[in-house]
Amino acid sequence: MGDASRNREYRIVHYVNQFFGGVGGEEKANCEPFTIQGPQGPGRLLEKLFREEKADVEIVATVVCGDSYFAENQENVLRELIPVIREYHPDLVVAGPAFNAGRYGMACGAICSSLQPLGIPAITAMYKENPGLDPYRKTVLIVESANIVSGMEEAIRKMVRLGIKILRGEEIEFPKAEGCFEQGIRKNYFHAEPAVGRAIAMLLRKINGDPFETEYPIPFFDRVDPQPAIADLKGITVALVTSGGIVPTGNPDHIESSSASKYGKYPLEGLETLNSRTHQSAHGGYDNTYANDDPNRVLPIDMMRELEKELGFKPHPWYYATVGNGTSVDNAQKFAKEIAVEMIRDGVQAVILTST
Amino acid sequence: MAKEIERAGIPVAHICSIITISQTVGANRIVPAVAIPHPLGNPRLPPEEEKELRRNLLKKAFAALQTPIQEQTVFS
Repeated sequence: MGDASRNREYRIVHYVNQFFGGVGGEEKANCEPFTIQGPQGPGRLLEKLFREEKADVEIVATVVCGDSYFAENQENVLRELIPVIREYHPDLVVAGPAFNAGRYGMACGAICSSLQPLGIPAITAMYKENPGLDPYRKTVLIVESANIVSGMEEAIRKMVRLGIKILRGEEIEFPKAEGCFEQGIRKNYFHAEPAVGRAIAMLLRKINGDPFETEYPIPFFDRVDPQPAIADLKGITVALVTSGGIVPTGNPDHIESSSASKYGKYPLEGLETLNSRTHQSAHGGYDNTYANDDPNRVLPIDMMRELEKELGFKPHPWYYATVGNGTSVDNAQKFAKEIAVEMIRDGVQAVILTST
Repeated sequence: MAKEIERAGIPVAHICSIITISQTVGANRIVPAVAIPHPLGNPRLPPEEEKELRRNLLKKAFAALQTPIQEQTVFS
């Protein structure tokens, strides 16, 4: 390790999760970080496509970490991995692509973002709804990928194109031309056409109903102001919602284990607790062993009953559940809007939402 | 989902394992959970201690609902 001898012109370190690192699926998501010499999994394609484009690169090492382990120990993992990556003296670090895998996207973003200040260029790729996009898009060049792994080659081709420019010190074009997400950086340049001509041309297109593109998109921050606090819990109705996929045994509504297209509404009346016979997890994005053994670990019915007596609130007799695993933002919004309408109708005054 | 329910007028306490995701999606009252596969439990603890842990997390969520806030707040 740390050998900086050059068999090739450029040295690359690749970061992947436990799945692409060949360790295993969700049951191995707790895998601690480790390093493999040379390319692994998608790294082989990455190296091949770089060389096809006449870039003389070598993937000197592949750094692997389980998605859950990274998410739960981010600071420690970064403290451990960044020096490891540095010792390889990479000319470029590539992370992912992460597609729509949330924990993986967060990990890729965090690694790239920690390397940039050290002068190590780092790029990644993910889907536009990956939760790793927003926190890191400003500091990291993130290539837009498809939401599923069938988009691997396309994503890697885009990363290679961008990576070569970085390696050769060529100018990076505007994000759109590079297939990247905008970083919110303003760059001055001389346009052949004066602004007034462009504005009139754009206006005419708009009047004619033709497609046009603004030169200055207004950033859209969708935030909701916090609701006032609950003054007194006594007598108020509190509902439970979970994105952790806890459903009655047999998953009667067939909620999908990923990319859920629906949610379920299930009774709590008369239930003092959940157990491995009454309920199960339908979620495909985490290891279900512990939730199936005791579903209270995700949907805490046993303690809701205890606290009901202690705090004096009324648990809503129904709970709502879906699977938050690659679920589109549109679907999640739609579910929540429908759920909220029912809750307001039923007099629910507060919600506890649990997520894995 | 936390954001949309709150938008409709109901305060939400979000108990979740990955705080950064909760912050990104716009939950306002955030309570950090134990771990991804068991947010409100810990299979390594004896059953009574595990229940106590779950009870405390849930109490924290209720306390969050009773706390006036102006912006996203993590109740750790």
